[in-house]
Amino acid sequence: MDAALGLMRRIPPKHIDTALSALLSLLPHHSSDLLSQVDQPLQVLSDIETGKEFILCEYNRDADSYRSPWSNKYHPPLEDGPYPSSDLRKLEIEANDVFAVYCDQYYEGGFSSVYMWEDENEGFVACFLIKKDGSKSGHGRRGYLQEGAWDAIHVVEVGPDENGTSHYCLTSTVMLSLTTNNESSGSFNLSGSIRRQMTMDLAVAEGHLQNMGKMIEELEGKLRNSLEQVYFGKTKEMTCCFLVCCNTSDVLIEFWNAFLICIVLGIKRPWIHELRLSSRTGAEILELYKLTSNGPT
Amino acid sequence: MADEEETEISVEQKIEIAKWFLLNSPPGEIQYVAKDVKAILGDDNVYQTAALDAFPLYNKAHLFSLQFPNRSGDVLITSFGEINANEYLDPRTAQVAKVDHVKQVCKEVRPASDEELPSSYVEEYRCAVEAELSRYVGEAYPKGVCSVFCTSGKDVEDAGSDFTLVVVISAARHSPQNFCNGSWRSIWTIEFKDDLQVVEVTGKVQVGAHYFEEGNVQLDAKHECKDSTIIQAADDCAISLTNIIRHHETEYLTSLQASYSNLPDTTFKDLRRKLPVTRTLFPWHNTAQFALTKDINKELGIGK
Repeated sequence: MDAALGLMRRIPPKHIDTALSALLSLLPHHSSDLLSQVDQPLQVLSDIETGKEFILCEYNRDADSYRSPWSNKYHPPLEDGPYPSSDLRKLEIEANDVFAVYCDQYYEGGFSSVYMWEDENEGFVACFLIKKDGSKSGHGRRGYLQEGAWDAIHVVEVGPDENGTSHYCLTSTVMLSLTTNNESSGSFNLSGSIRRQMTMDLAVAEGHLQNMGKMIEELEGKLRNSLEQVYFGKTKEMTCCFLVCCNTSDVLIEFWNAFLICIVLGIKRPWIHELRLSSRTGAEILELYKLTSNGPT
Repeated sequence: MADEEETEISVEQKIEIAKWFLLNSPPGEIQYVAKDVKAILGDDNVYQTAALDAFPLYNKAHLFSLQFPNRSGDVLITSFGEINANEYLDPRTAQVAKVDHVKQVCKEVRPASDEELPSSYVEEYRCAVEAELSRYVGEAYPKGVCSVFCTSGKDVEDAGSDFTLVVVISAARHSPQNFCNGSWRSIWTIEFKDDLQVVEVTGKVQVGAHYFEEGNVQLDAKHECKDSTIIQAADDCAISLTNIIRHHETEYLTSLQASYSNLPDTTFKDLRRKLPVTRTLFPWHNTAQFALTKDINKELGIGK
């Protein structure tokens, strides 16, 4: 099992589903462990009754059927599948409505689903799912992505009410893959998956939905930032160190040439801080100079 | 589905799966993957069969460089220098390295035979390109290894015939203690076409990086390009070919950096925004308003 999880840390995240089904066939007796510990890319099904899409996962599955949060029915129909209690179902309906708005505001498209179920220690568990296809042909508004998939899985374990507060334990996973492809720069694919946890004790009076929602929003934001800054940043560092010398020295020489021209011409340097931040070529620097000298400064 | 999981899969299938994992190892991590695959299989014979198939393919695909036993240099494992499954030519030293693919070491070397080396006419060009290229790689790549192979027309004796050289540049950075590994591979095919008096150059660059501290994030970038120059004396040819390679590689690196700097404001935004469209955090304290607007919309017949 350790070895299996070790492999999942190394296999390219865009191949997660192939890797998982390969592991399932090699280790059939560990299948339930694997399915619960390895997050798989999310799938979507259309609710027959409402026509709305809902997301499939281990938490709304019974045998080969999945329960839709919109109609509360199993697809395909199931005789005696488990349902949440009527109180919890009420919260589930509300959570689905609110989370759909949250999803729309952060994702500008994409699908969301929320599932809840009672657990053994008088609390309950809620699972918030988002699936977004950000590609040109999907929900990508800006059309930069050849392929762009984002799956977010948030599982919140809510403890029983103790003197007005509950213990919340959130585990969030984000899986993403993005590809850009164009003539001049070729294909560029970044894919990744990270998982983090967060626990809090919060007043129940605020409402479970508000408490869970705030935690999810905070942790999802953190995951997005660390993907962008730390994880993508590290792969960038790695990439750009291969071929560094000739590039920087060329830029530096051009930079100095442009710099000297500016001094000779007696040009003010309001743009100098910008040069230090980016590696521009001499031609770009001169272009920049022309812009600034024509502008209000 | 449930039935399929119950049935034991065949040995052939196991071997195929093991090979798939090995071949999909990130740069520099096949030994770690191999250890896990071995543990999962629990069957040494299956593992050995898969490893014997997968390692040579992986080493060649990743342009693995191995040190000679006497530390006199490196040999690149590529299909261009492959004499047989375990023997690879190092054109610079005119030696043939015997390698152990699975251990990823070079066991011994022998001098190359005359048939394995190009004619003196081709060698003049090959050697000139190699000298010029080595200077470039030495300056530009902190840890680069390069080789120039003749892949066709190696027996051509004088001007008036076609031949092909292949330039291979491989740079790897392995830093498992910092949870990152990466590789840069470029392959430049250089075709000397005598009837047109031109040299056609096609390049393929592939860059990979893996960062895995508390997560698993990988970059996979590929780029292809074409260029050409005229046939000149060997030394002049070498200079213009190296300039072409330098130019395209520098340009590609710049475009890679541009792809990264476009991420925050454009590309990544199509997946998830940093802040909602409203530019303020989500109003969890006031979600009743959504129910309200929903009811109004329903009454007015807006939306679904």
